[in-house]
Amino acid sequence: MVDQNAAPASQATGAGVVPMNMIQALNSAIDVKMAEDANVLSFGEDAGYFGGVFRVTDKLQQKHGLTRSFDAPISECGIVAAAIGMGAYGLRPVVEIQFADYIYPAYDQIVSEAAKMRYRSGGQFTSPITVRSPYGGGIFGGQTHSQSPESLFTHIAGLKVVIPSNPYDAKGLLTAAIEDDDPVVFFEPKRLYNGPFDGWHEKPVSPWKAQDLAQVPTGKYVEPIGKARVMREGNDVTILAYGTMVWVALAGSEHAGVDAEVIDLRSLVPLDIEAIEASVNKTGRCVIVHEAPKTSGFGGELSALVQERCFYSLEAPIARVTGWDTPYPHAFEWEYFPGPQRVADALKSVMTGGR
Amino acid sequence: MNKKNSQPLSLRVPEPSGRPGDTPDFSHLQMDPAGVVERPEVGSTPYQMRDLAFRLIRVLDDEGAAVGPWNPRLDPETMRRGLKAMILTRAFDDRMHRAHRQGKTSFYMKCTGEEAIAVAQGMILSREDMGFPTYRQQGLLIARGYPLVAMMNQIYSNAEDPIKGRQLPIMYSAKDYGFFTISGNLGTQVPQAVGWAMASAYKGDDKIAISWIGDGATAEGDFHNALTFASVYRAPVILNVVNNQWAISSFQGIAGGLETTFASKAIGYGLPALRVDGNDFLAVWAATQWAEERARSNQGATVIELFTYRGAPHSTSDDPSRYRPGDEHEKWPLGDPIERLRQHLTVIGEWDDERHAAALKDAVEQVRAAGKESEAIGTLGQSRPSVKTMFEEVYATEDWRLIEQRREVGV
Repeated sequence: MVDQNAAPASQATGAGVVPMNMIQALNSAIDVKMAEDANVLSFGEDAGYFGGVFRVTDKLQQKHGLTRSFDAPISECGIVAAAIGMGAYGLRPVVEIQFADYIYPAYDQIVSEAAKMRYRSGGQFTSPITVRSPYGGGIFGGQTHSQSPESLFTHIAGLKVVIPSNPYDAKGLLTAAIEDDDPVVFFEPKRLYNGPFDGWHEKPVSPWKAQDLAQVPTGKYVEPIGKARVMREGNDVTILAYGTMVWVALAGSEHAGVDAEVIDLRSLVPLDIEAIEASVNKTGRCVIVHEAPKTSGFGGELSALVQERCFYSLEAPIARVTGWDTPYPHAFEWEYFPGPQRVADALKSVMTGGR
Repeated sequence: MNKKNSQPLSLRVPEPSGRPGDTPDFSHLQMDPAGVVERPEVGSTPYQMRDLAFRLIRVLDDEGAAVGPWNPRLDPETMRRGLKAMILTRAFDDRMHRAHRQGKTSFYMKCTGEEAIAVAQGMILSREDMGFPTYRQQGLLIARGYPLVAMMNQIYSNAEDPIKGRQLPIMYSAKDYGFFTISGNLGTQVPQAVGWAMASAYKGDDKIAISWIGDGATAEGDFHNALTFASVYRAPVILNVVNNQWAISSFQGIAGGLETTFASKAIGYGLPALRVDGNDFLAVWAATQWAEERARSNQGATVIELFTYRGAPHSTSDDPSRYRPGDEHEKWPLGDPIERLRQHLTVIGEWDDERHAAALKDAVEQVRAAGKESEAIGTLGQSRPSVKTMFEEVYATEDWRLIEQRREVGV
């Protein structure tokens, strides 16, 4: 992988740079922020003593104390509502929803309350909360442990939606999310927690520590929310992806032998429209890849934006590679989960199907 | 078909004791006389005081005397301030209801009959504490001297609306007065109040939170989430259930009020519960003070059911004559909160008809003056904030979408 954008280690303040997987990087982000700011606290189901079922909040309670990192009742709605009240008080709570599939009970609190707090109060009250949640498929989690609900949140005015694809960004973006004065829904691709995944489930994938983007500063640094990362420069087609699909897109373009420019959006709201326009205007072709079902997925929005803004640069219709419009199936995971072959097919189709 | 004792089952749908045309019937209400309910120590365990979830704390008796262990022994001046704030709240309601009928606003909600609740509780807690109100706690703002003009500006969505024309009339937001931004989604703010209180405790501060929810909305999951969190983390919060008997057209039995009291819902969560005559200013005061002391001394939350009656329609869009006996409110056995405090002050020689008439006149004058000022700024549609503000404060900073869309509107 060519990685032109990886920030130099010197960008971070203090301490050194060590290889981390995404779990460690996320843990480090919360840890560093908690050490820096007494207003930051972290809670969620199993997130305290045990450190979270995925270990993202591991040892935070031991390091920072029982009242700063604690277990919550199995009440996603209550967790987010309590965070909203804390945020209104002046704290910066970081809450964990154990799986994104469980975020629906908290939907009203996130959408009707946190998202609109500043607006409806004329700026008197804000909701500077971070709602972290592991999302996406590829772990044989069945339909209640595999969903990608991001578009349900990108549609809501007042919310930011951030999805990292690697340890370095995960830490920098989560740090930014905690510091953000708006509510941020922070989806963590759990298929990438322990290592990158390129979609070839039958082939071995090298571990995170072999990736440049796993070289993570132990001190504090911030990756700005709203800036995409060019993961691979290319000239023939632009692939827009986020989360696990960034790695699938890279594998797919290699498999197709196409000189694709792969853009990791990193943040869906705010969206780096300039990076998208610049790339598509350069390549003239666009393939969008996401795990969520196709209908009303974020790919539809991306497709419309590209069409509105880059129509006269387009050499071929925009293609979408997505999950299917079915519930997430357990036994058919690899037929459902978009893989490199489907990306390669889409790339070939936009390369040959042009005008 | 092998089931023993098999018989056709039937579905029960609860019905209120009276419908339009019926004589109001309150015979099912269990109401203790004033002064008979014990007052437990503030540090009592919820188990020790579970009886109070089913009783009714009352201080003012039928003759206007303040009796029993819950008598807060308020000084006359405090009671007069409370009475005047209730009178002013009612005068405000009357004028704004009329303003709706005159087409000056799209919507209004009166709190007629429930004035004692927000006024007393707003007076007890400080502005540093945070109230998470529903749409019938306007008395809190009025009792704390929030400018009537600002309330009206909000109702008219005019150029001086403090929240810039973004909310339905009466959905005030007044941080400096301890009044959280109101949500139209019922119940959502109760667990937020718990979170706010948890934050104060986490920081080691001395502020507490207070929330209100209607009897109907106790059926929302948020209410139960709030009770769980309040109990688990011992949050310094007062959780009020205003049982005003009616959730628009559905009587309180539809929310589960026939099988048990709303106060008793606290018991399953290990929280202390007080069931209080909500039309008795002194009883509301005393119970709230008890809960306040408990919260401030780090002993956690209290659930208070305030037993009252929604005298007015649910809102200007509602017609209660379609679903309840027309004179049910007049027959409400717990009377009217203003008349009852007036009677008490009169009985103890601290008030008289002359002073009452003067207070009514003064309230009407205050409301009229504020009305003139607000209407000069503009009523709904005549004046409004700049359209530019529509795109502001969605996020801390505008992103490109909002900038582009604002330009599309031409502002």
